[in-house]
Amino acid sequence: MDALLFLLFAAIAVGCAINLVLQTHPISSALSLVGVMGSLAVLYLLLGGEFIAAVQLIVYAGAIMVLFIFVIMLLNAGAEQKPTRNILRAAVALPLLFTLLAIGAFLVASQTPSTDVVKFGSFIVGGREIGSALFTTYLLPFEATSILILIAILGAIVLARKEI
Amino acid sequence: MPELPIALPAHVPLSWYLILSVILFVVGAAGFLLRRNIITVFMCIELMLNAVNLTFIAFSHQLKQVDGHIFSFFVMVVAAAEAAVGLAIILTVFKNRSTLEVDEVSSMKL
Repeated sequence: MDALLFLLFAAIAVGCAINLVLQTHPISSALSLVGVMGSLAVLYLLLGGEFIAAVQLIVYAGAIMVLFIFVIMLLNAGAEQKPTRNILRAAVALPLLFTLLAIGAFLVASQTPSTDVVKFGSFIVGGREIGSALFTTYLLPFEATSILILIAILGAIVLARKEI
Repeated sequence: MPELPIALPAHVPLSWYLILSVILFVVGAAGFLLRRNIITVFMCIELMLNAVNLTFIAFSHQLKQVDGHIFSFFVMVVAAAEAAVGLAIILTVFKNRSTLEVDEVSSMKL
């Protein structure tokens, strides 16, 4: 059952990711990205990350994608024009990328022992564990993220002002 | 439940998750290199960040430690901040140049 669920949602994730790259209209790409993020949330659940799956859905698939779609609609971004000199770039980039993919898959397959299996329910991280780690061991990075968010808000306001 | 035609393992090996993460990262990198619309380039960056998050969660499950979840949480926070600032930059670029092509924005070129 685990393998079936994994294969189903991995196929959805990869299909949506490839669709993201192939679509010419930004809105279609954004909707494909929502599909990737939703299926990744299910995969996090299979790995026992309850809290992180919820955060993935709320922050990524909710907030960040709304921001993207809002900007796409605000800019009235149409479809990309047909690429002119993209063929040369694709001819160089794609073999390199597939080499990267092959090297990565080979390293993963050769380095991880095949006895390591992911059993659903053997290790579940809920909000309690995350919270206790976040407010004891990782308190300083957590406080630093609050400053980071404040700076990001101020930067976005300054950048999006009328005159610059 | 009827028998499946191919024998699926009852539990997924950890390496399947890592290979899925590699595939998503490479697709994101390909989109980053090949696409010209700046918003799509931005979405490909988000895709690569998500692939890295999947690796964090998978290793966290293997090592039975919470730290990977914390790191992916921080990645999400930084990605949210980055999306806010980046989209503001995109708005400003569009306002000044009225284009979304990454090749057109070349004022820093010598």
